[in-house]
Amino acid sequence: MTETNVATRGRSGSRNSRIALVVFGVAALALLAWVTGWWESHHTIFAQVMVSGLLIGSVYSLVSMGLSLVFGVLDIINFAHGALMSVAMYVAFVLARSYGVDPYLSLLVTIPLMFIIGVFVQATIINPVMDAPLHSQLLLTLGLSLFIQNLLLVLFTGTPRSIELPYASGSLGLGLVTLDFPFRLFGAVVTLPKAIAFIVSLLLAGALFLLLQRTRLGTAIRAAAQDPEGAELVGIDVRRVYLVTFGIGAASVGAAGSLILPFFFVSPTAGETFNIIAFVVVVLGGMGSIRGALAGGFLIGLTQELTQLFVPGSSKLIGVFALFILVLLLRPEGLFGSRT
Amino acid sequence: MNSLFKRVASPIRLGSKDVRGLFVVVVLLAVLPLFLSGFGLTIATVALMFALMGTGWNMMGGYAGQFSFGHAAYFGIGAYSVAVLLTKYLLSPWVGLLIGGLLAALFGLLTGFLSFRYKLRGPYFALATFAFAEMLRLLASSSSFINKSIGIHIPLVGGDDWARIQFEDTRRNSYFVILFLLVLALATTVWMVRARVGHYMVAIRDDEDAAAALGVNPLRYKLIAVALSGFFTALAGGFYVQYFLFIDPDLAFGALVSIQILLRPIVGGVGTIWGPLVGAGVLSLLGEWTRALVRQPPAFLGFLQGVNGLDGMLFGAILIAVIIFAPDGVVGVVRRIRARAHR
Repeated sequence: MTETNVATRGRSGSRNSRIALVVFGVAALALLAWVTGWWESHHTIFAQVMVSGLLIGSVYSLVSMGLSLVFGVLDIINFAHGALMSVAMYVAFVLARSYGVDPYLSLLVTIPLMFIIGVFVQATIINPVMDAPLHSQLLLTLGLSLFIQNLLLVLFTGTPRSIELPYASGSLGLGLVTLDFPFRLFGAVVTLPKAIAFIVSLLLAGALFLLLQRTRLGTAIRAAAQDPEGAELVGIDVRRVYLVTFGIGAASVGAAGSLILPFFFVSPTAGETFNIIAFVVVVLGGMGSIRGALAGGFLIGLTQELTQLFVPGSSKLIGVFALFILVLLLRPEGLFGSRT
Repeated sequence: MNSLFKRVASPIRLGSKDVRGLFVVVVLLAVLPLFLSGFGLTIATVALMFALMGTGWNMMGGYAGQFSFGHAAYFGIGAYSVAVLLTKYLLSPWVGLLIGGLLAALFGLLTGFLSFRYKLRGPYFALATFAFAEMLRLLASSSSFINKSIGIHIPLVGGDDWARIQFEDTRRNSYFVILFLLVLALATTVWMVRARVGHYMVAIRDDEDAAAALGVNPLRYKLIAVALSGFFTALAGGFYVQYFLFIDPDLAFGALVSIQILLRPIVGGVGTIWGPLVGAGVLSLLGEWTRALVRQPPAFLGFLQGVNGLDGMLFGAILIAVIIFAPDGVVGVVRRIRARAHR
């Protein structure tokens, strides 16, 4: 696991016991649900909760991997991550509304565009203060987020907008099987946009993972994360790695912005919720851990849906924040991170 | 050598010159209403309110070095305390201010204790404060006791009422109330910085491990900073409610509130007594200037007429510019210029 933890050095010894604890806890809860008859009366809604949680969780994972990468390599908590996502959403929205571009096709625009914006942001405003105290960089991204959000407000006003996917309900032929959307999975409704978001998010997350693991660039990024001076000594241009890293972080929200457009409202602050959730995921998964972000995204997706099931009428985020504070206090290095 | 020493030492020092200067400024602020009326007075009142919040934030974020991104928690507690105690229990806002301040201090102690206990530092601590504020916002939005996300309206009694801090005819009195609260906060800061407590806080900020090795209890002094900071920020929240007569979860606990609170001391100069005052003054003038620009733009900027969000853009740009070009704020820039002149 060390090779994926871009920020943390060393490894944790008690990983297996932790996994065992989680498995045991889940098993105990399942047994309790079955014995008390809760399962009997709730299994459909429970299936819906699990499916919805996993579907949205994949998008959270994608967003969080970008945030986690930036944190691991640049040591910056990026408060502008969500604002960049709003930018991507508006780009996809304008493409769809004004030019009739399919939102999934707009991925080809949003991903490279956001990468370029990310590189530009890093080069112009973050690189100059890389040596300043941590809170400076944090405030910088806060200022950037304020700037971007209000720029979007000036350009598009605050009215929430959305687009309709013309083929959202219909059937999809996949060779042998034909799927009718929205289709049912264990009694849970799965809509087409969410299914696509799920699959594409996972593919992109996998691609990012491979990029970090298997390419020279990925090796350079991980080297710069572990030891910037050492990386510099062996000939890695750390400043350039920083540029690329922030670019990749922005590109990941670029992709997420296109993917959620068909089932989410666009507004200048639309990305904010994802930013906040990504904080939670990143802390949960261990700051800088890519694998942790992937797992954490799903965990938060489930948590938010379970909150609604057990605490009806409240905001989904209450459970998420309760979990956040708990993890922050008890295991600030994250569930999957290791103490450094 | 001399100038270097000055730059390192100056943020901590608070000489009698500064205190005299503060006294002069407060006197000037006290006579300011003679020259202002109507809209100008409202701007000045709101600026003082931000100065109060900033002074509160500065105790913790500036002197003790515990950067908070969730000061909306204290602001909101103060605001809701006044609103609830007045509308439900008919208690005077003065009592509400005191109770709100104490509750906020208590909340700060509790969350601070939990955070520091588990050795949260720097960005982790900042995230924790942010999470606590968001948590309060969500709880407030789903609690029917405080009207969920609809918020609470403060009934207008009409006429002037010192007991209810409502002034229909003499808005000037509201200005004096917030000035009084600000003077309390400034006096507390002066006391804190000059007393042993303040020195310990600064020592912890500069190097927590070294301070602990010298026998300073970091937990205790960080908690004192948090409690004081929470108390005064809550006072501003309580005043806000009595001034604008309305509060809802977003206005009280929203992330934007936290940003607004820390913006002033950072633009003015973190960890200096002048920072929040200067920051509040500068940003209020800039904010008004953009608002006027949007209301009646000059011909070549005609497209800006009635556009929303311009002031937010400006504040974001200012924050970025300050961090890059003047991380020690306006006060730091002035000090550097003066140091150069003295040399």
